[in-house]
Amino acid sequence: MLRQDNEDDTSTIFYNMSGHVAPVRKPLITGNKTYHQITEDICRPTETAPSLSWVITFILSVMCLGMFAFAVAWTVWVGIGSWNLNRTINWGWDITNFVWWVGIGHAGTLISAILLLFRQKWRTGVNRAAEAMTIFAVMCAGQFPLIHMGRIWLAIFIFPYPNTRGPLWVNFNSPLLWDVFAISTYFTVSLLFWYAGLVPDFATVRDRAKGLRKQIYSVLSFGWNGSAKHWQRWESLSLILAGLATPLVLSVHTIVSFDFATSVIPGWHTTIFPPYFVAGAIFSGFAMVLTLMLIARKVLHLEDYITIEHIESMNKVILLTGSIVGVAYLTELFIAWYSGYIYEQFAFLNRVLGPYYWSYIGMMLCNVLSPQIFWSKRLRTSLFWTFFMSIFINIGMWFERFVIIATTLSRDYLPSSWSYYVPSWVEICIFIGSIGLFFTLFLIFTRVAPVVAIAEIKSILKTSGDQYIGPTAHHHDDAHHGTKIPSEVNDISSGGTVDIDGSTDTEIK
Amino acid sequence: MAHAIAHSGVTQIDSAIDPTHRNILFGLYDDEVKLLDAVKAANAAHLEIDNVYTPFPVHGLDPLLGLQESRLHQAGFIFGSIGCLFGFGFMTWVFTRDWPIIFGGKPYWSVPAFIPITFELTVLFAAVGMVLVFYIVCGLGPGAEPRRLHDRITDDKFCLAFDATDLDGDSVDGLRGFFAETGAESVHNKYTA
Repeated sequence: MLRQDNEDDTSTIFYNMSGHVAPVRKPLITGNKTYHQITEDICRPTETAPSLSWVITFILSVMCLGMFAFAVAWTVWVGIGSWNLNRTINWGWDITNFVWWVGIGHAGTLISAILLLFRQKWRTGVNRAAEAMTIFAVMCAGQFPLIHMGRIWLAIFIFPYPNTRGPLWVNFNSPLLWDVFAISTYFTVSLLFWYAGLVPDFATVRDRAKGLRKQIYSVLSFGWNGSAKHWQRWESLSLILAGLATPLVLSVHTIVSFDFATSVIPGWHTTIFPPYFVAGAIFSGFAMVLTLMLIARKVLHLEDYITIEHIESMNKVILLTGSIVGVAYLTELFIAWYSGYIYEQFAFLNRVLGPYYWSYIGMMLCNVLSPQIFWSKRLRTSLFWTFFMSIFINIGMWFERFVIIATTLSRDYLPSSWSYYVPSWVEICIFIGSIGLFFTLFLIFTRVAPVVAIAEIKSILKTSGDQYIGPTAHHHDDAHHGTKIPSEVNDISSGGTVDIDGSTDTEIK
Repeated sequence: MAHAIAHSGVTQIDSAIDPTHRNILFGLYDDEVKLLDAVKAANAAHLEIDNVYTPFPVHGLDPLLGLQESRLHQAGFIFGSIGCLFGFGFMTWVFTRDWPIIFGGKPYWSVPAFIPITFELTVLFAAVGMVLVFYIVCGLGPGAEPRRLHDRITDDKFCLAFDATDLDGDSVDGLRGFFAETGAESVHNKYTA
């Protein structure tokens, strides 16, 4: 549809290509926005002083981050002995937190890559923030294996570089090393994808800024000028990066699940892990996106861009992935029984009825039963229930990882080494502190970068519903005279005079 | 400080005129459909368009401007292939030549175990290489000086630009007439690199 042979058909094709929207679709952007209003709305948080609620949240986050730094320093100083890990349970909260954060980091790329390939236009409202969340979540995740090494300064040993120890290379057959490559590739590609999208929007902020801010955003925007060829390459880049990121995002949690699945521990050694982990990752990631977006749309006044439609779409994904996870839990139980293998059967009985039964109940309740409320349209379009469930699901997904790791390790083949594990204050502080790290980064992001992808949201403005009232929109010619557009934000469209920066030359009209 | 260009009557924005710079005459439209119509009109009148600048990608513009399809995917394929061969080749070299170690009784050259890292390096090389190529061919990067014709082009204005450096007064007037006919909201000119 894009390519045309007859040049005269361009505008017809333009509308045919992007103009058809099913009449049942509600507009994705409400509030009868013009292009300029979109710029104003989305750039505003980067241009105004932060609100009191932002400052309070930021101080709390930085305090948590301080706690993180202290607990990590304590771990390094005292040693891993300051944690309550023992000979039997050698992975505890650290790897639970690692898997939890990596899982959360899956929604961003899913939204920006897979939904781009599926041409889901609602992604444009949330993709920027979701990608930022992905990057910050992966940064949090990466902390845990590093801290767990104890001697953090030797972390470079995980990379295969020519060294004085032989050179002795890393073990390329180990899923833990696959993880190193998967997480660092995922982080790099997500960052590049995110930044490529940010470049045109930084240019928008640059062209509105003055003084030092203009200089800073000039550097950040890489000299973007919006030329047609640049846009063509930019779209091509986005599409191919999306194509690359799609198998990548699936591979990352698959490889995380290999950390467990390639072992010979009953309860871990299962082929269901990769799809089950990926579904769980999307599930928890969407929950975290909803937590953040519900707060952001309120605090940053983005209700017209992140609408109930967006929230409902994400709740549908949560319902789907939550149900997949539920089926996976039940399949595990069935296969353990069906296998006839007593160690496997014991592992699962122990999960459900053993000393950590409470975490299994928490997992089932939060992940499988409670998301089923989203079959009701009233509940999945309710802000209260969505927010409540988004928190609930992330608690549930944390329990899932804890169930897999702690319950399995606590009862191994040798009953004399059975043990019970509760975290020490250091481990608890590191976990809570990592949430502080995450929120500190996210809050900074909301102040310095456009939280919604400005260029992308403009490109769907006309095609996502008949709400555009700009000067030449169909059925809305009256808007040309400024009757519907507030004059303070639309001084240009109401007449022919242009005097934006004092450098205007000639009027035509 | 504004200079007047006598024959066209257009005010010049730049304070210092660099003789190596080109005189760009550009019109701003307030809608992408108007821009597309203007580009078509320019093509019909055989006017040589210097460039078009828009706040977001406008579909249908590329063929009108005669832009060839981007070849970034080829760069992605080449870099991805390099990453794939490098990853697999390096692991093969390490475990069969440089320092063969038996892990769990498996063969030195255990191909299935090499697949995850080979895949990750394919994606990594393709993505990084393609992004670098994108920035290089577009001339973008930290510190790159943009050819910024107007501050509203990254906001809500659609810009059609002509190179008026070597045009005489009548031609410039003709272009200005063209902008008026095609519904441009305003016309400016600027000396730029």
